[in-house]
Amino acid sequence: MKYLQLEKVEMIFDTKRGRFHALRDINLSVEQGEFVSIIGHSGCGKSTLLNLVAGLILPSSGAMLCAGREIAGPGPERAMVFQNHSLLPWLTVYENVRLGVDKVFGATKNKQQRDEWTRENLALVHMEHALNKRPTEISGGMKQRVGIARALAMEPKLLLMDEPFGALDALTRASLQDSVMEIHGRLKNTVLMVTHDVDEAVLLSDRIIMMTNGPAATIGEILDIKLPRPRKRVELADDAAYNHHRAAVLKFLYQRQRRPEEAA
Amino acid sequence: MTVLAMKKTLDSPQQTEPKSEKAVVIIPPVIAVPPPAASRFADTGRWVVRILVPPVLGLVLFVLLWALISKGSEGLPGPHETWLSAVELFSDPFYVNGPNDQGIGWNILHSLERVGLGFGMAALIGIPLGFMIGRFAFFNGMTAPIISLLRPVSPLAWLPIGLLVFKEAQPAAVWVIFISSIWPIIINTAVGVTKVPQDYMNVARVLNLSEWKIFTKILFPAVLPYTLTGVRLGLGVAWLVIVAAEMLTGGVGIGFWVWYEWNNLNVAHIIIAIFVVGIIGLLLEQLLLLMARRFNYE
Ligand SMILES: Nc1ncnc2c1ncn2[C@@H]1O[C@H](COP(=O)(O)OP(=O)(O)O)[C@@H](O)[C@H]1O
Ligand SMILES: [Mg+2]
Repeated sequence: MKYLQLEKVEMIFDTKRGRFHALRDINLSVEQGEFVSIIGHSGCGKSTLLNLVAGLILPSSGAMLCAGREIAGPGPERAMVFQNHSLLPWLTVYENVRLGVDKVFGATKNKQQRDEWTRENLALVHMEHALNKRPTEISGGMKQRVGIARALAMEPKLLLMDEPFGALDALTRASLQDSVMEIHGRLKNTVLMVTHDVDEAVLLSDRIIMMTNGPAATIGEILDIKLPRPRKRVELADDAAYNHHRAAVLKFLYQRQRRPEEAA
Repeated sequence: MTVLAMKKTLDSPQQTEPKSEKAVVIIPPVIAVPPPAASRFADTGRWVVRILVPPVLGLVLFVLLWALISKGSEGLPGPHETWLSAVELFSDPFYVNGPNDQGIGWNILHSLERVGLGFGMAALIGIPLGFMIGRFAFFNGMTAPIISLLRPVSPLAWLPIGLLVFKEAQPAAVWVIFISSIWPIIINTAVGVTKVPQDYMNVARVLNLSEWKIFTKILFPAVLPYTLTGVRLGLGVAWLVIVAAEMLTGGVGIGFWVWYEWNNLNVAHIIIAIFVVGIIGLLLEQLLLLMARRFNYE
């Protein structure tokens, strides 16, 4: 059975300037363990789609099932890595991760186990050296790592990431992408990631969901990426299949879904 | 305009302080070669001119003006006379000479005690109330009309109610402090709660935190800077109001002392009281500013 299923999902926002039809007729199903990217021009509704799956907002109509159950609100089995990390500035790196660990494992793990689990997850993203630093004292890439550790530490069945590397420089981004690939390879969790970076999408994903432009955006095309794992970015640079996929996404984004202002 | 300018000169060294601390950490020692002596002197000189000269000049002019006015007026003592009187007054601040005649120290302490009581209760009640109003729209709707109606009422208008209810002057004075300092605390806290970034609340929702955890881990730390601003404003109001309230209620306290010395026609003491009230108000404000900086995480 599909792990995540969206059927005929519509999202209409009631705003001060009237109703805004953001998403239209979204149909999507994701297998367990799959890594799926959502790509599209900015403002098309990618974050909205992710927020729907996270349960932070509810759809205007349509059905959303996760593990066979209707999504009626947020839940710890769907952890989110936010676009701007959203670490709490008054807590240390350790405390930020521990907050989620205590919530999810408060009943099943004792104090020492929760402490070890927190440290383990921070080690997973190579942040064990900064446990007692506050978010203002670490770099943007480190904050994003901690955000990922916070989400992973909840052992979510479904990991949601909203442009997790958008604000980072190319080198930091590459190293975090590698970390995410490695972690996904090890934990085999289901991942839904929003991105606007074509290379990132092709490198990381099993499937790429390409969205049309808003308003009333929907899924335009779905691309299967059948590249063997583990993937190495340097080797893939000359790989014919990789470049073929890359070209397909580029074509979709820049020929079929040009930004309205560019098309004019 | 001049007050604003003075405030700027007062504020600027504080604001640059944390920045310069960070800068010291970042700059490697190799680069931190001391500048040539001449330019360092020039820098210090410029600093003195920019930071020190304007307030000192202002104070000197103020004292001169005061001296000039007191020369021309009958009852108003000049700076020198007032100074001598103050030296005498503060040489024995804690004498007790009957209920109405006690040392300046006692008067200050009693006023502070009343403010502490009234203001402390205002904080104790106002902060939780502010959180509830900010967090629950229903509660906000319920309290909004009452607050907007009562907030603009002049503090002293509450005194008769206090006298009526408590049948005594002392709790009535505390009551006036309480009711006049609670509004900024409530309102700033409530506004702070609505200003908590949605991102943080989303974190709380994804983590599925309990209402108590949301309060201790997210709301309280996020709102604290706003609350402290409210507390600072509330304390300012309390200290403003205490003098007037004590004039009406009597008892040992700086306000009553002013009234008492007016009846004795000891104007020098009244001027001293004005300075004392001003200086203590300034100290209280600086204390709270210090606290606020400690809890600012941005
Ligand atoms: N809460 C909301 N209320 C009203 N409009 C919204 C809201 N959230 C998003 N939108 C609108 O929906 C569209 C899609 O937004 P978003 O999902 O953030 O785009 P993306 O993440 O793809 O850049 C935008 O036009 C945005 O203005
Ligand atoms: Mg977005």
